[in-house]
Amino acid sequence: MASVTFDHVFKKYGDVTAVNDLNIHIEDKEFLVLVGPSGCGKTTALRCLAGLEEISGGEVRIGERVVNDVAPKDRDIAMVFQSYALYPHLSVYDNMAFGLKLRKTPKEEIKRRVSEAADTLGIQDFLQRKPRQLSGGQRQRVALGRAIVREPKVFLFDEPLSNLDAKLRVQMRSEISKLHQRLQTTFIYVTHDQTEAMTMATRIAVINKGVLQQLDTPQNLYDRPNNLFVAGFIGSPAMNFFRGKLRKDGDKLLVDTGDFSVVIPPSKSKVYENHAGKDVIFGIRPENIHDADFVPANIDSEKVNVKVDVTELMGNEIFLYLMSGSNNFVARVDPRSKLRVGQQATVAFDMDNFHIFDAGTEQAIR
Amino acid sequence: MAVPQNTPETAAHIKRIKKSSAAPTPQIMKQGALTPWLYLLPALLVMSFFIVYPMINTIGLSFQNRDGTASAATTCVEGQSCWGIFENYHYAITAEFNTSSLQAFWKSFWSSSYGNTIKWIVVMVFGTVAFGLGFATLADRVKYEALAKAIIFMPMAISFVGAGVIWKFVYDYGTQQSQIGLLNAIITTFGGKPVAWLSTIPINTFMIVLVGIWIWSGFCMTILAAALKSVPDEILEAARVDGATEWTVFWKIMVPIILPTITVVVTTMVINVLKLFDLVYVMTGGNFQTDVIANRMYTEMYKNFNVGRGTAVAVVLVLTIIPFIYLNIKRFMEQEAAR
Ligand SMILES: Nc1ncnc2c1ncn2[C@@H]1O[C@H](COP(=O)(O)OP(=O)(O)OP(=O)(O)O)[C@@H](O)[C@H]1O
Ligand SMILES: [Mg+2]
Repeated sequence: MASVTFDHVFKKYGDVTAVNDLNIHIEDKEFLVLVGPSGCGKTTALRCLAGLEEISGGEVRIGERVVNDVAPKDRDIAMVFQSYALYPHLSVYDNMAFGLKLRKTPKEEIKRRVSEAADTLGIQDFLQRKPRQLSGGQRQRVALGRAIVREPKVFLFDEPLSNLDAKLRVQMRSEISKLHQRLQTTFIYVTHDQTEAMTMATRIAVINKGVLQQLDTPQNLYDRPNNLFVAGFIGSPAMNFFRGKLRKDGDKLLVDTGDFSVVIPPSKSKVYENHAGKDVIFGIRPENIHDADFVPANIDSEKVNVKVDVTELMGNEIFLYLMSGSNNFVARVDPRSKLRVGQQATVAFDMDNFHIFDAGTEQAIR
Repeated sequence: MAVPQNTPETAAHIKRIKKSSAAPTPQIMKQGALTPWLYLLPALLVMSFFIVYPMINTIGLSFQNRDGTASAATTCVEGQSCWGIFENYHYAITAEFNTSSLQAFWKSFWSSSYGNTIKWIVVMVFGTVAFGLGFATLADRVKYEALAKAIIFMPMAISFVGAGVIWKFVYDYGTQQSQIGLLNAIITTFGGKPVAWLSTIPINTFMIVLVGIWIWSGFCMTILAAALKSVPDEILEAARVDGATEWTVFWKIMVPIILPTITVVVTTMVINVLKLFDLVYVMTGGNFQTDVIANRMYTEMYKNFNVGRGTAVAVVLVLTIIPFIYLNIKRFMEQEAAR
């Protein structure tokens, strides 16, 4: 059990900067998820923490201890690899016992811990098998088991579920969450799957091109993205963006996209007033665009005329692919909606839930 | 039905017959029964002529006298034990041994070609595999890996005779006046006394073995390096995170994973050592108790011109090698099956 700190950490491979000035403080017992697109440096950051890569600058601390020059074996961490990385020549039992044996743990203690972990993960029946005689899901459990028996200070996971099928992934996801609650240890988890991130994390660190974009709780990331990248990365289907200008019209402040304009409600206009005249990007999530016939009560809405391009029936909701002039965007509307392909229609933007970003810096204006 | 001739027409014919009787096979696998034999035929002919026939002839000759004109039984000496037509084997197996007492036997065994061959096997196989594995592991961690490996592999490109000559110079005893032996030059520079490396018993055999190790380590390294490369990095990293030192990673993870390859290298090296002849021939000619089985075969055949005895030693050598070849093939098949 320990906190983990990345303090101005850099990792360079020749000209490539895989991790660029990373600052994260992870509290003890936290479940931190690192997300970002492929190649953004998540694995590298994790490997720097594990000691499998030497960092090019900065400081990594586990608890109060600076571990820059500490060998992986002395960092008291356990890591679950994407490829499981089980020892092919050892039985499941010996795979799990390997780290304990190296630490000269008494035999009975090893036995107790391994069978306890095997019970938790439901792999008691395979203890004598070799890894190649197991299915992917079973191997994944063994890899988890190998990490838990060690009772380390910090658990590291590098996309541990990406090789599993969808159903098993959902199941393992909740098992890892349960494990975290039971073990009360620091978990650091890398994934590019935002559903995993949203459902498991206490906090999420969004990384792009080696740079930390935002570090926050899942809800805050969703509701208050710091910049355009985070806004577009978190949420599925992704947030809709419209290029436009902030314009003052009398005492009203509106966003003019050229094809349509929406008025910013007076309660919110104060934040944006100083930015009038600026080029901005207006963002709104699909679920905040409603069929004009089914607008929920008590929301501030703005009508926009659109043409329906494609409809996707999902059963409990409908995805509408809409066009307004040169803008294409998605709405996630009430299943009772009668809008059909090719139809001219009116939709309502929920003006209580929108985001405005500076078109130049791509930072949220707030 | 007529006996099928080796022509494409009959192959096609057979194909048709098979098609009607057997369960449906994919088209691509239907090559007929004869076609493979057709392709094999040239190789089979050449091998029969150059390997199988000489082998049978060798076995035949080993039961005859020194020029193959009469049975080996005729060479028996009055008043001494005789193995009849196995007399050449009698000679091949027992001639080098002094059986007057157990102690004398033990001593003569270790200076015989058999004893020396065992020394060769133990020291050289261990040496080449150990060095090969060591180099392979270390080369994996240096910047100019390819260059380092090329240098270690280079002796493999020198002929054994050439290597023997080179090292004969290195080991040269020289004279009181001039010292051309590199090793002795170094020793005398530091005030030591020159050593007659190739005629001092028992170190001389080991000095030749050293040359063998110098030549063959590169071969072992290449094969073992390929095996080491096939061990996924993540497994080694998992072990390091699990608390293993580099030493433990090597012995508890890497070596067990590549053990099948190590076994193949060991058996291959045993076969190579059993067949080894050139180094001994060039460096000592088998004198000063450095003889090995393969050189003894040559000596009987081409120095003593005793065809019967020479071929008998050859047959003994082949019989010794066969178990190792069997092991190697078995291992190979198992590996193939595991794929
Ligand atoms: N050993 C290396 N040498 C050179 N460049 C590397 C090395 N390892 C990683 N990189 C580069 O560093 C960047 C980050 O890689 P990293 O593996 O951390 O990405 P990732 O976020 O884990 O991506 P993914 O989701 O695909 O696993 C990439 O641009 C990659 O090409
Ligand atoms: Mg990765």
